[in-house]
Amino acid sequence: MAATGKTIRNIATALLAAGALATVATPAFAQRDPAYAAARANGTIGEKMDGYLGFVGSPSGDLKKLVDDLNIRRKASYADRARSQGVTIEEFAFTQGCLLIARTVAGEKYQAPDGSWQTRGSGPARVDPRCPAAS
Amino acid sequence: MSGARWKARLTPAAAGANTAPMNFSGGSAPGWQRLIACGTMAAGLSVLGACVNVNAPSEPIVIELNVNIKQEVLYRLVDSAEENIEENPEIF
Repeated sequence: MAATGKTIRNIATALLAAGALATVATPAFAQRDPAYAAARANGTIGEKMDGYLGFVGSPSGDLKKLVDDLNIRRKASYADRARSQGVTIEEFAFTQGCLLIARTVAGEKYQAPDGSWQTRGSGPARVDPRCPAAS
Repeated sequence: MSGARWKARLTPAAAGANTAPMNFSGGSAPGWQRLIACGTMAAGLSVLGACVNVNAPSEPIVIELNVNIKQEVLYRLVDSAEENIEENPEIF
């Protein structure tokens, strides 16, 4: 069936994109707050599909404050860029989420297309098939 | 936030582009819808027996242009998202 073929092709494209993104090193993340970096590394928090950070377990008050603040700042950046691109904040945030999930490193948590939390292994992350391929 | 919720919301815009070309297959409406449409037309125009049946072509009409435009938007968003990470590394 044509639709099935297309779906498979899309998944293949997404996987290729994820692989390509994974190979792109991101030294810029060195500027993270140490508490934020630690929470990412130990899997307390993870990247959600919607472009925001989520809690895998129940966070301490301090960590919740920190992550809420990051998510608010993320949303502000999404709003700016969504406006200039003429798309909704959710659409931009989703695209950003594709990238952020693809860029997680081994041991970090991310939300898989089925909504479950996954730990990033050595292979590519499971990104939504609708995630655009990286240019 | 559940995956299903935003999935449904994003489907027309973000996703449709990336997946299948949009198929606009003309009115293969079920019979009762045609009846209602006929009834409405008859009532509105006060003309009885003026219903014309139009048969939809069996082949779906595929408009490829839509797909290209949307994919272009997606690529633009990826570029902007990459830039966003580079410009605001402390929040990602």
